[in-house]
Amino acid sequence: MKDEFKVLTGNEACTLGALAAGMDFFAGYPITPATEIAEYASELLPKHGGKYMQMEDELASIAAVIGASFAGAKAMTATSGPGFSLMQENIGYGMLAEVPCVLVDVMRQGPCQGVATVPAQGDLMQARWGTHGDHPVIAVVPCSVEETYYETVRAFNMAEAYRTPVFVLSDAMLAHMSEKVRIPSAKELTIVNRKRPTCAKEEYKPYEDDGTGIPPMATFGDGYHWYVSGIIHDETGFPSTNSPEQISSQVKRLEDKITRNIKDIESYEEYCTEDAEIIIVSVGLVSRVAKGAVDAARDRGIKAGLFRPITLWPFPEQRLSELAAGAKTVMTCEMNEGQLLQIVRQFTKGKPVILVTQNDGTIIEAEIVLTAIKEVN
Amino acid sequence: MAQKAHVFDRLLRQDKLKTMWCSGCGNGIVMQALVRAIDKAGLDPDKVVVVAGIGCSCRANGYMNVCGIHTNHGRAIAYATGVKMANPNLHVIVVTGDGDCTSIGGNHFIHGARRNIDMTVVVFNNSNYGMTGGQFSPTTPYDAKTKTSIYGNIDPNFDISILAKASGATYVARSTTYHASMLTEQLTNAINHNGFSVVEAMCDCPTLFGRFNKQGDAAEMLLNWKKAAVPVKKADNMTEDELQGKVVIGEFVNRSDRREYTDIYEDVIKRAKES
Repeated sequence: MKDEFKVLTGNEACTLGALAAGMDFFAGYPITPATEIAEYASELLPKHGGKYMQMEDELASIAAVIGASFAGAKAMTATSGPGFSLMQENIGYGMLAEVPCVLVDVMRQGPCQGVATVPAQGDLMQARWGTHGDHPVIAVVPCSVEETYYETVRAFNMAEAYRTPVFVLSDAMLAHMSEKVRIPSAKELTIVNRKRPTCAKEEYKPYEDDGTGIPPMATFGDGYHWYVSGIIHDETGFPSTNSPEQISSQVKRLEDKITRNIKDIESYEEYCTEDAEIIIVSVGLVSRVAKGAVDAARDRGIKAGLFRPITLWPFPEQRLSELAAGAKTVMTCEMNEGQLLQIVRQFTKGKPVILVTQNDGTIIEAEIVLTAIKEVN
Repeated sequence: MAQKAHVFDRLLRQDKLKTMWCSGCGNGIVMQALVRAIDKAGLDPDKVVVVAGIGCSCRANGYMNVCGIHTNHGRAIAYATGVKMANPNLHVIVVTGDGDCTSIGGNHFIHGARRNIDMTVVVFNNSNYGMTGGQFSPTTPYDAKTKTSIYGNIDPNFDISILAKASGATYVARSTTYHASMLTEQLTNAINHNGFSVVEAMCDCPTLFGRFNKQGDAAEMLLNWKKAAVPVKKADNMTEDELQGKVVIGEFVNRSDRREYTDIYEDVIKRAKES
């Protein structure tokens, strides 16, 4: 059978990827530059028997998504910086209550209202540390429209597999530009569904570690009577705030369920890194500019290479450490005031990390990155 | 013939009792009325989901032997909306307090009512924030003393039932902890109602609000509701002055002219599939 191709925008690809992954509920609130995801979802979901809801604000959007997931839906919301800020309290709930769902943050220039229509990468740290308290985060950062499709599918799969909210970080440019996307056949896609309990109803403990670190999740209405609190809870889901051991074990299990699956979660691309003396670390759309700069540097005999984390969180730190060990210099190429640099320099064993950034709503030109490479060579 | 176990034995989690609430707190009376109403309405407990926000009242679903989520402050109705949309066959009930529902959660409350999505919102209205130690809420009466209004509350108060009615709720009723059987009846009607239903349960906080305002002990506070209560029909013929300090009880809204939201959404699906 011949492959099917479509020309899509990033926001279209995200919506179609979500549908291919089994999304049957979307709740959102209009916000530039993420609005088209809501628009496509409102059009396409009911055609597939799913449901779209326009909520009163972003707090309600993510709350409804979490509620729907409790009742068995594969649910998603999409927003941008100001909405992402509002969603943080309920993201915290999703993390502690371990509720599978997907949140797309189409990054725009910040801070505050910033500039609604232009791209940026100002939410890299917010994705990791936006909520209060400690919990791990899975965040993928696609660099193309096609990758937006596949990473959205993978985001749903990871949400279901690890019982957690998962973020997809796009940006205003990637969201609105059009590229060719190969649409996979339904057979080709692996679709993951959350693990359900099989025990007797009276024995079900929704937060009991079954040895995998990921407790099976019942669905409201299937006969299991379960309860969960957004307060630190024990394995039954009920508040357990007087036991330091319980508090510690719940917080640690959240970390552990991601850490022990790191090999399956972590993903990155390497380009010309085998003998690279200069490693450029870059994520998302702007990494393609960095890749062009690597080509241009190689043409001039400069041994440059690109390391592109696809999962920004958890950050593929081990591989970066290895690459940094063999390199003379590490650079980051990003669209903020150095958020990626803050991460990268933890893993370069004291080697200098040079920031190449253009934080003005426009995509940096390869020529500027090349000049920076030449300077450090 | 085998006797059916008592409703409390079936619908309350025995291992979680007794409750965390203070002696004399009205929340227990509201919770028992709700549990009886679920039983009277004949709901299958497997299909009941009770969603709570944050506050004293929001601990009620932890004692109930059905599915429950204890969510974030003010957000219960938004979570409940997702639950109901994902599975309209579920009976969704929200337990919330006056602050949770009409202050931090006010937006979700009016929009839930506007959509007329099928759920029953039980507002435990004890006129203050109990869990944090008794600060004034949007329903604290004018001049009342609370921890943050020791010179008398100057913030005008919401009438939750009027707010619900104006926002589009299709069943709205109010009762008090003294009028517990009326409360059970209203809750049963609300549960049986297909649409956004609100039951405002005036209840007592003798430990904080009652003590700060010299309203007597728990028993006196219950009797105060008896004295203050005016049936809605009688209230219709009373002047605003005559109604000062009174609490109007009864059914305010019971309408069937607005279709329920998840029901209408089926039309959207039908139209989308045909297009």
